[in-house]
Amino acid sequence: MNVLVLGLAITAAQVLLGCAMMFAIFRLLRGPRAQDRILGLDTLYINAMLMLLTFGMQTGRTLYFEAALIIALVGFCGTVALAKFLMRGEVVE
Amino acid sequence: MTDSRILLLVLALPFFGSLLSALLPRTARTAAGLVAGSVAVLATALLIPFYAPVARGEIVRLEIGWLPTLGLDLVFRVDGLAWLFAMMVLVIGALVVLYTRYYMAREDPVPRFFSYLLAFMGSMLGIVLSGNLVQLAFFWEMTSLFSFLLIGYWYGNRAARDGARMALIVTATGGLCLLVGVLLIGRIVGSYDLDVVLASGGTIRSSPLYLPALILVLLGAFTKSAQFPFHFWLPHAMAAPTPVSAYLHSATMVKAGIFLMIRLWPIFAGTDAWYFIVSFAGLATLLVGAWAAIFQHDLKGLLAYSTISHLGLITLLLGLSSPLAAVAAIFHTVNHATFKASLFMAAGIIDHESGTRDMRRLSGLARFMPFTATLAMVAAAAMAGVPLLNGFISKEMFLAEALDARGGPVIGFALPVLATLGAAFSVLYSLRFIHQTFFGPPPTDLPKVPHEPPGWMRRPIEILVIACLVVGIVPAATIGPVLQSAVRSVLGAQTPTYSLAIWHGFSAPLLLSMIALATGTLAYFRFRDALNRRAGPPVIARFKGGRMFERVLADIVRRARSLEGLFGTRRLQPQLRLLVCLACLAGLLPFLQLGYATGGLPVTPLDPAFAVIWIVGGICAVGAAQQAKYHRLASLVLMAGAGLVACISFVWLSAPDLALTQLLVETVTTVLLLLGLRWLPKRQPEVWPDDRPPARVVFRRSADLGIAIAAGLGAALLAYAMLTRPLPDTISRYFMEQAYPQGGGRNVVNVILVDFRAFDTLGEIAVLAIVALTIFSLLRRFRPASESIEPPVQQRMQDAADLHAGGRRVGDTKKDYLLVPRIIMEWLFPVIFVFAIYLLVRGHDLPGGGFAAGVAMSIAIMLQYMAGGTRVVESRLRIRPLRWIGAGLLLAVVTGVGALAFGYPFLTSWFRYLELPVIGKVPFGTALFFDLGVFLLVVGATALMLVAIAHQSIRTPRARTPARPDVPPVIREEGED
Repeated sequence: MNVLVLGLAITAAQVLLGCAMMFAIFRLLRGPRAQDRILGLDTLYINAMLMLLTFGMQTGRTLYFEAALIIALVGFCGTVALAKFLMRGEVVE
Repeated sequence: MTDSRILLLVLALPFFGSLLSALLPRTARTAAGLVAGSVAVLATALLIPFYAPVARGEIVRLEIGWLPTLGLDLVFRVDGLAWLFAMMVLVIGALVVLYTRYYMAREDPVPRFFSYLLAFMGSMLGIVLSGNLVQLAFFWEMTSLFSFLLIGYWYGNRAARDGARMALIVTATGGLCLLVGVLLIGRIVGSYDLDVVLASGGTIRSSPLYLPALILVLLGAFTKSAQFPFHFWLPHAMAAPTPVSAYLHSATMVKAGIFLMIRLWPIFAGTDAWYFIVSFAGLATLLVGAWAAIFQHDLKGLLAYSTISHLGLITLLLGLSSPLAAVAAIFHTVNHATFKASLFMAAGIIDHESGTRDMRRLSGLARFMPFTATLAMVAAAAMAGVPLLNGFISKEMFLAEALDARGGPVIGFALPVLATLGAAFSVLYSLRFIHQTFFGPPPTDLPKVPHEPPGWMRRPIEILVIACLVVGIVPAATIGPVLQSAVRSVLGAQTPTYSLAIWHGFSAPLLLSMIALATGTLAYFRFRDALNRRAGPPVIARFKGGRMFERVLADIVRRARSLEGLFGTRRLQPQLRLLVCLACLAGLLPFLQLGYATGGLPVTPLDPAFAVIWIVGGICAVGAAQQAKYHRLASLVLMAGAGLVACISFVWLSAPDLALTQLLVETVTTVLLLLGLRWLPKRQPEVWPDDRPPARVVFRRSADLGIAIAAGLGAALLAYAMLTRPLPDTISRYFMEQAYPQGGGRNVVNVILVDFRAFDTLGEIAVLAIVALTIFSLLRRFRPASESIEPPVQQRMQDAADLHAGGRRVGDTKKDYLLVPRIIMEWLFPVIFVFAIYLLVRGHDLPGGGFAAGVAMSIAIMLQYMAGGTRVVESRLRIRPLRWIGAGLLLAVVTGVGALAFGYPFLTSWFRYLELPVIGKVPFGTALFFDLGVFLLVVGATALMLVAIAHQSIRTPRARTPARPDVPPVIREEGED
């Protein structure tokens, strides 16, 4: 029973995360401002990380948490770089 | 002492010396001279003991297997002829090195010269010691290359550049012909091994491929040895420094062609084709060269043409196809090298000490430099063939052979007459050289007051002149045995009996020799004033080989340009269109012929989450392409999204290693692209009349869209067809099975990278280092587009706001911006560093490895740059990417070489479990060191690129001042603050 619940929950989470990614992609495409796109990208990264976590739970293999760890650790780099680029016009001053 | 492995040492020494010399500072001329001199002397000393077996008629061989299945082994062999030539190359080389030390001016970069010279010496030794014809052709081309560098040594001089180019094109083209000829010989004989080839002369001569092979090989030899009609490059090569002329263009390189003809004489000679082609070319060269030499006013020009003429003489002797003529040819080759090298050196001294080489301005120099004058006179007398000197003996042998030539009454009569004429010309120009330069009234309008050169500069000439005299007076006791062993190694059983002596009684050759001497002397005193007034040689001046060469070259270049205009384009779009269309066509053809069918494997059920992710990725990719032209930032964001989806796909499809690396690479890519974006010129959206693109543009874009869809669809169908079929049994199964037992790692990808295919990885990281260095050096001279030079508009606005707001100073906005994230970013440095080390260490067993770790580490560095800015980071953290790159490459190579020390092949890894205190049993392998090298190099290369781009921003203020438009950014290296 528990296994069934867990399986259903994971699938539901994946579907919901997939929806979240679709919404993020909408912002990514439409904008309208550059800030919206960057926020969209950041959201996409977070959702992808969570998606990997659910995938890891589903298969029970810890190997996939590594990828999630990397996104968590360095995934924000792109966002910061883009933010700096917008605010100051260049990434490294 | 005659271990055949010493041959390899003899050959390697010059190249090693060349490398060493290249590393010396540019003013270290004495040190470079010492290196070069000791290399030449040491190699000579190593080669001398080989005389004993060689004199017994043995062939010392050294074989090193390389590609045995293709018949390509490195074979070095020395026999009589090779020994004689190698000694000539080394001894004259040593003398030239001594001479060069005093010849070169203080401001010349002498180590570079010696570096080229030694490399040339090694290549030349490679030719004479090669026992494999392909290998010989390889060294042959190398001599062309280094001769090019040596002729163009004074590259500021236009004549030197042109001469170098001409020599390279002529001799390298000849070298290509030689290579093809050699391949033909290999086809006939079935082997490239020289000994096998030499033993199958009959097969070669009776083969239908004989004539093409002969012509191709001769083209190589004739271009190298400046034979008519390819002789024109040699006088142009006289723009080289005189030591080069003395070494390459009289004693060694031009003798390479002669050497080849002697070497292959036993298999090629004796046919009518050989007789007519080689004799005619030799005779024509002999006469044309001698005739032109008479009319030269430049000392080196005279010597160049006389060299051509003497090379023609040797070629003619070889063409005559009698064994005695071959003996004379070998003998004259040695004699010519001694007297011509000394004459070139004397000409160099005259030029050096009096400031001119023009014979019309020189006069009466014997007063000022009596020793040099005496030496030059003896050498010139040897060239003219005066008795008691070595030139006399070989010239007499030549005349005897001319008298004995076969081929009917016309040739029987014409050849001696023409030979005597050539000899008389030789007397004439030798006399003119000496008399014009050293005798007569004192010179009046010289740039310098002439005087004797330093004693050591004269010493090489003295040694060579003494050799001329000794060989000329007691030939049989000195050169006799060496010559005999050389002759026997070429002619074998055909070796004739001959006597080396100055007196053979009154004979026809002696008479001809005397006639030539008398005629030449008389002609000089009759015509010498007329000669000084003439501007060029009569009759043949109209045929200017050099001019024709230039015209042909210009023609080729023009045709190439028009072809390029017809088929080439510099615009990316047509190139890509062509490429993609061709790829589509190539992919389509097999399906058109054989039909398309999917395989039988069952299709995996669709995972809805995965499908959503892929839809997201697809939208991102298409959006990125669509936005790429006018909205780069949006396109970049979308690309990052597409990249993320690719990474997740890797995870999903069970490629964690790939996913890990790709995620890190994605991050770096985004930041590096953003860094570059700052410097791209702004693009103006095109404005068409009434805002609608013309039909032409619409059509082109729709066509491109169609091509893109077709290509994508094709690739997808191809992938589908492949994926629904069972995998064929590839090498991957072997790797999977052997990764742990042989490589000691459970991560197969990593074991393949650092162990099974480590050599590939080594090559790849070397390429990565080269790419990073290229980017670095390109960016040193980077000039941004005019609109990108100003600081970005945001910074200007914020600075202006700071300036006008009360209580704020300029730069406050910058300081406040991203304050919290900045602290986190700075604190993350050790965290990511630890993570990188973790990836590195566990890489052999679990996903990770040197590359991923290196990229992670460079992200840590990048974050610091983003957080603090270039100046702040570099005042705290010394990042020396160049060192990292060097250390990484070195470590990887040293690890690989370490395996050799234990008797295993290069890059064999070793592993075992170590018992460590506290931690316990841990796996340990040498592959880790290799991986560490990869890590260091990747960190260095990525950081170098990052730093190179980041430095553009702090460089801009200086770039705007017009006085120093391109000040390179300074990468912090040791000793700089």
